[in-house]
Amino acid sequence: MIVTGKAFKYGDNVDTDVIIPARYLNSSDPEHLRQHCMEDIDKDFAGSVSQGDIMVAGKNFGCGSSREHAPVAIKASGISLVIAESFARIFFRNCINVGLAILECPEAASSISQGDVIKADFDTGIIENVTKNEKYQSKPFPDFVNGIIRSGGLVEYTKNQSGI
Amino acid sequence: MGMTITQKILADHAGVPEVKAGDLIEAKLDYVLGNDVTTPPAIKILKQLGTGKVFDKDRVCLIQDHFTPNKDIKSAELCKTMRCFAREQEIKHFYELGRREMGIEHVILPDNGIVLPGDMVIGADSHTCTYGALGAFSTGVGSTDLACAMARGITWFRVPEAIKVILKGTFNKFVTGKDLILHIIGMIGVDGALYRSLEFEGEGLKSLSMAGRLTVCNMAIECGAKNAVFPVDEYTLKYISRTNPKRFATSDYKIYTADEDAEYVQTIEIDLGDIPLTVALPSIPSNTRKAEECRDIKIDQVVIGSCTNGRLEDIGAAAEIFKGLKVHEDVRCIIIPGSQKIYRYALEAGWLKIFDDAGCVISTPTCGPCLGGHMGVLAKGERCVSTTNRNFVGRMGDTGSEVILSGVPVAAASAVLGRVGTPDEL
Repeated sequence: MIVTGKAFKYGDNVDTDVIIPARYLNSSDPEHLRQHCMEDIDKDFAGSVSQGDIMVAGKNFGCGSSREHAPVAIKASGISLVIAESFARIFFRNCINVGLAILECPEAASSISQGDVIKADFDTGIIENVTKNEKYQSKPFPDFVNGIIRSGGLVEYTKNQSGI
Repeated sequence: MGMTITQKILADHAGVPEVKAGDLIEAKLDYVLGNDVTTPPAIKILKQLGTGKVFDKDRVCLIQDHFTPNKDIKSAELCKTMRCFAREQEIKHFYELGRREMGIEHVILPDNGIVLPGDMVIGADSHTCTYGALGAFSTGVGSTDLACAMARGITWFRVPEAIKVILKGTFNKFVTGKDLILHIIGMIGVDGALYRSLEFEGEGLKSLSMAGRLTVCNMAIECGAKNAVFPVDEYTLKYISRTNPKRFATSDYKIYTADEDAEYVQTIEIDLGDIPLTVALPSIPSNTRKAEECRDIKIDQVVIGSCTNGRLEDIGAAAEIFKGLKVHEDVRCIIIPGSQKIYRYALEAGWLKIFDDAGCVISTPTCGPCLGGHMGVLAKGERCVSTTNRNFVGRMGDTGSEVILSGVPVAAASAVLGRVGTPDEL
């Protein structure tokens, strides 16, 4: 599976409170969450993100709360992939479960700039920076994890697998 | 090869003799927890999966605490969804607001004797790691994992590497478990224990009360840890003999100890006598300082409570400091006992009178202001000293407001002084 989009770049330790502030957790509707995604560190994000765009960040992305609303908000914004130097543990697990594609790649995380056009292949783990004409290698997920992401999350994957 | 406490609990619950770091296992769960924010999405997922019943109605705990008593119509809908589900499924550990068993999830699961040593717990709340204080394994997950765990009573884990924390010496006056964990987070950073377990040992354990240990484990997530765990000792046994006399009397719990040759990726030694009264300045819990170095920072609000520091010992320590004193004229001080039992004890012990005389707000148990929900949201430019667990941008309100984390003694002293301060100044 290959995705292409422009990069939204953030720093280290982006926490779930800024990805989706707790004041909006009174609903888990993706459309409601999308409108407020990243608003406490990037007011323009919700208005300027396009379908397929890619989020790039430093280390420990998604630290803090266990709220699954955070990867749901990012996914609902149209983001096709999050690349980071590293991910916080619960967030990492939640991304796979809700079908938000992620790749850990320190080199890509440090080299990619805001607005760069990025093309990534989940099967090979190769991340291509079209703007800078660079390539970075990340470790691809095993097939079953890519299967979960392709299905749109663990629920759809489980339903597909068990024929529900 | 030897195993850590965490690895032994995981192996036993996976039904295998041995696990090692990096193994992927499926393990049986003793308890599964959700709250009013994370459970409603899980209920929806459970229905999509076509599952009719939870795996065990006595082992699913559904606690309403985040936005309760409901702050708005949407949060009332969340609790209504959870309440209807709890009734339909005949969930044992669902409590109505105001009832004696009710309170903040990570305060009541240990205090009500639900979690005991050796238990395996997941919760859709990041601070589920709290119960490691009892020698249990517990960790946070999201709503999809909660849904699948409610259905099956089983989930998958990657067996974590471990960091050993050896505690020596004794705490100085007023220094508590909160200062210890802030000190550790300041030392190793907010991702210093990412994916790993923190395992505590050493003669310094004797300085840590059960409340202190619960606070330490509660904030293990703030350095990225999967879980934190304390060995079971006489303090633990005394605590569980009170919280669950029945399971204690029948030895219905299991004590795990680490093997001599267990593997640790890192060992940290800490002399408790070296730990000062500590604060974490905005906007990351690793931004720690000695409280005494921050005396020029003026404040508008103090919050004493939460799953981190809303326990009986915490509320008692606050009462001890406020006795005969007044909250500074420029400060609102909000006291939130972590459970109805603690509230009642505080009432009978005369602590609530002390708080009222001092000019504090006394709240019903709720997570409320900790996550900027309600009961003390901050305006732009306002600053709060709080015994809660996170000081991220916008955590307690406007993105232009600030949270400084501390233990109870610093928070109470700061409320009186109108600035960051320490109890010896009073």
